[in-house]
Amino acid sequence: MSSIYFLIACSIFVALLFLIAFLWAQKSGQNDDLYTPSIRMLIDDEVIDDEKEGQEPKQSS
Amino acid sequence: MATLVKPVCYHCGEDTFTGSYQHQDKVFCCSGCLNVYQILSASNLGSYYKLNNHPGKTQVSATQFSYLEEPEIKARLIDYTDSSKTIITFYIPAIHCSSCIWLLEHLHTLHKGILENRVDFLKKQVYIQFDHQQLSLKELAELLQSIGYEPLISLQDVVKEQKKVKDRLPSKIAVAGFCFGNSMLLSFPSYFGLSEGIDADFSYFFGLLNLLFCFPVVFYSGRDFFNRAYKDLRNGILSLDFPLALGIAVLFLRTFVECAFAIGDGFADSLTGLVFFLLTGRYVQQKTYYHLSFERDYRSFFPVSVKVVDANGKETDVPLEKLEEGHRIRIKNQEIIPADAILLQGEAMVDFSFVTGESIPVHKTLGEIIYAGGRQLGGFLELEVVKPVSQSYLTQLWNNEAFKKHSSTRIKTFVSKVSHYFSIILLTIAFGALLYWIPQDWQRGVAAFTAVLIIACPCALALSTPFTMSAALSIFDKNKFYLKNTEVVEQLAAIDTIVFDKTGTITLTENDGVSFKGNLNHELKSVIYSLCKNSSHPLSRKISDYLQDSQEIPLENYIEEAGKGLQATYKQQKIKLGSRLYIAGQKQNDTTHSEVHVSVENDYAGYFTIKQKLRAGLKELLSDLNRTYDAHLLSGDASHDAAKLSPYFKNSNVLHFKQSPQDKLNFINNLLQMGNKVMMIGDGLNDSGALKQSNAGVAITDHINNFTPGSDAILDAASLHLLPRFMQFSKSAVKVIHFSFIISSTYNVFGLAYAVTGNLSPLFAAILMPLSTVTIISFTSLATHYAAKKLNLL
Repeated sequence: MSSIYFLIACSIFVALLFLIAFLWAQKSGQNDDLYTPSIRMLIDDEVIDDEKEGQEPKQSS
Repeated sequence: MATLVKPVCYHCGEDTFTGSYQHQDKVFCCSGCLNVYQILSASNLGSYYKLNNHPGKTQVSATQFSYLEEPEIKARLIDYTDSSKTIITFYIPAIHCSSCIWLLEHLHTLHKGILENRVDFLKKQVYIQFDHQQLSLKELAELLQSIGYEPLISLQDVVKEQKKVKDRLPSKIAVAGFCFGNSMLLSFPSYFGLSEGIDADFSYFFGLLNLLFCFPVVFYSGRDFFNRAYKDLRNGILSLDFPLALGIAVLFLRTFVECAFAIGDGFADSLTGLVFFLLTGRYVQQKTYYHLSFERDYRSFFPVSVKVVDANGKETDVPLEKLEEGHRIRIKNQEIIPADAILLQGEAMVDFSFVTGESIPVHKTLGEIIYAGGRQLGGFLELEVVKPVSQSYLTQLWNNEAFKKHSSTRIKTFVSKVSHYFSIILLTIAFGALLYWIPQDWQRGVAAFTAVLIIACPCALALSTPFTMSAALSIFDKNKFYLKNTEVVEQLAAIDTIVFDKTGTITLTENDGVSFKGNLNHELKSVIYSLCKNSSHPLSRKISDYLQDSQEIPLENYIEEAGKGLQATYKQQKIKLGSRLYIAGQKQNDTTHSEVHVSVENDYAGYFTIKQKLRAGLKELLSDLNRTYDAHLLSGDASHDAAKLSPYFKNSNVLHFKQSPQDKLNFINNLLQMGNKVMMIGDGLNDSGALKQSNAGVAITDHINNFTPGSDAILDAASLHLLPRFMQFSKSAVKVIHFSFIISSTYNVFGLAYAVTGNLSPLFAAILMPLSTVTIISFTSLATHYAAKKLNLL
C-alpha cells in the first residue's frame, strides 16, 4: 500500500508538467489572437516563378 | 457571350468611368488603385488578387506622416526599440478580408528593412518589426499608405490602453484549477467516509498534500483579493473584497491548523474551489465587458449627426458613425467637435474643458488641427476631418471626472450600500457564535467562528450586479437609448419626478411655420441667414432653413446669449436677433407662436413668427408617465402655449414659463431639496446645467450635433415613445439584482445555520458555494432577458 506514495508523486509530477506547459504557452501569447491563425494556415506558400505570370490566375471559389 | 458588362476596377471593384487607367489589359478606377497594382505586381505579390475578387479599397487620402519623425511622438507610439530593431503595432482600419492578411504578412517582400510582420485580424492590427537603420517609421507608414493600408495613428490610442490591462487572469485560473482538481481528488475518500479505516500515516500525508496545494492558490491566484481589500480598508471603505479576502484567509488558516496538527481534514477543496470559481467569474465578466465595449465602439453610436458640406456648398446631415476623413464639417456655436479636424474657415475659440479641464477657450488658427472633444464658442467653423470619430474616446470624455455628479445627487448604488452592511453583519454573527460556544467548548467556538466566515458568500453582489447591468445597457443601446455607464440604470429606477424642457424636446417647429412681419430685403436676408448659421438653437436653425437660398456673408464679433439672442457686426453695424425683450425691451404678449425679433444698429426691423407643433405621440407618452411620475414642464418662452399643453400634464401648475437657464437649474435644485429624485429631459443646449444637476439628465437628439457631456444618457428622438418602457425596464433590472440578493441570502442563512453549530463539513461547504454562484449568475442573465422580452425591448 505504500506504493501509493510513489504513485501520487508521479501523477502530480505529470500534471505539473502540463500546467507548466500551459503557463508557458500563455506567457508567449499563444491565446492572444485566436482568429487570424485560422486564416493564415489556409494561405498557400507559393514558389515565385516568372513562368507563372503568363498563366491564368486560379479562381478561388 | 458578348454580354455588355460594365468594367469594374480590378483592384477595388468600383465602377470605372473612363478607360484611361489601364495596365496589362486590366482596368482601374483611379490612379491610386493603378499604383497599388503596379507596386504589388512589381514585387510578385499578384496573389493578393487571387484570394478574393477586388480586394482593394478605393484610394482617397493623402495624409501626411511627417510628424512621425518627431522623437517624442515616435517614443509614444512604438512598443520597443534597440540598436537593431524597432517594433510597432499599427491599427489599420482597411483590413477586412483574407487578402489583406496575406498582403500585410508579406510586407517583408516589399522592403528589405521589414523583418517580421504579423496580423491580428479581429483587432485590425499589424505588428511590425523593422530595422530603423534601413527604414524610418515615417517611410514605413508611407509604404503602408501606398499599398492602400494606411495606418490610423492616434495619440489617444485605445490600442495601447488594451495592452496595459495584463492581470494574467488566465494563468491564475489555470493554477487555481490545477490545485482545485488535485485537492478534490485527494479529498474524495473523506467524502465517502472511507478515510476512517485508513492508516493515520496516509491521512496525514493526504492532509499535508492538500495543504501544499493551498499555498499557490492563496498567495498567487488569490493575491488580488487581498490587495484590493487592503486598499479599500485603507480608504475606509468596506467593499465586497473584504469578506471574500477574509473568507479565503480564514479557510487557509483553518486548513493549516487542521492538517499540520492532524486534527481534521481541512478545507483545502473548498478553498481552492472558491478561488477558482471567483476568478472564473471575474474572467467571464471581463470578456463580457470587452465584448460590450467593442460592440459599443463598432456597432452602436451616439445618435448625433454632423453637418457635412460637399464641394458645391450643399449641406447634409451625416450620422456620427458615417463621418469619414476628408469630410468638411460645419460646427456651430456650442457644438462639440466630434473628430480631429483641420480648421479651414472661421474664428475658432475652442473650449477644451472636457478634454484638458482648462476652461479658458483656446484660439486656433487656420490650418491648425483641433482635437476631438473641444467645444466651439463663437461663430461657425468649417473643418476637414482628419481622423474618424473614436466612439471610445467620446465615451471616455463622457465619463471624465469633470462630469461626475456631486455625491449628494447620486443615489448610492445598491451594491455599495449592501456591501457596507454585509461585512458588519457577518463579523457580528461570527463573534456572536464564538462567544456563545466558548463557555461550553472553545474548540467548537473556534470552529463555528471560522465556519461562519467561510460559508458567508457575497458572490451574488460581486457577480450579479455587473452581469445584470451590462445586459441592461446593451438592451438600451439596441433601442437607441445610450447610457453613460451602468450606474445610470439604478439612477433611472429611483426616479419619481420628470422635468421636460419645452423647445426642442416637446415641441418641434413646423415645416412651414416661419413667416416674417416687416421688410426683408435681399441684403438683410443674407445677414440674418449668416447670423443664424452660427447658432445651434432650434429657432435659429429653423430661420436659417427658411432662408436657405440666401447668400452667406462674413460677419464679425459673433456673440450668443443663452435664452436671449444673437448679435454680430456687419459693415460696422450691430445686427441683433432674439426675443422681444432682448431687442425691443418689451415682454412678449401671450401669443400662440414664438417670435424672433430683428434689429439693425438698434433700429427695429421686424420679426419672425415661428409656429411650433408638439411632437407626435406626446399624448400617449405623457398619459403613461403621469400615472407613475410627477411631470413638469420648463420653458424659456412666454406662456402662450399654456392652453395647448396643459391637457397633457396633470394640471397647469406644473407648467413653468419664462425660465432662464439659471431658473431651470434652481427649479431642479428645489425639487431635489424637497427629497424628490429628478430626471430632466432636454435637448442639451440651454439646459446643460439643469441636466447635470438632476439625478438623471437625458439629452434628446433629433440627429443634430448636441453631445452634452454633462448628461447621463442620450436618447434618440425616434425612441422617445419608449421612455415609459425604459423606466419600467430599469426598475426590473434593479428588481432582478434585489431578487438575486434574496436568493443569495437564502443560501447564506441555510449555510450559516450549519456553521454556527460548529458542524460545518468540508463537503457541505464545497457544494454550497459553487451552487449558489451558478444559480445566481444564470438567474440574473435569464431574468434580465425575460424582463426585456416582456416589455418588447428585445
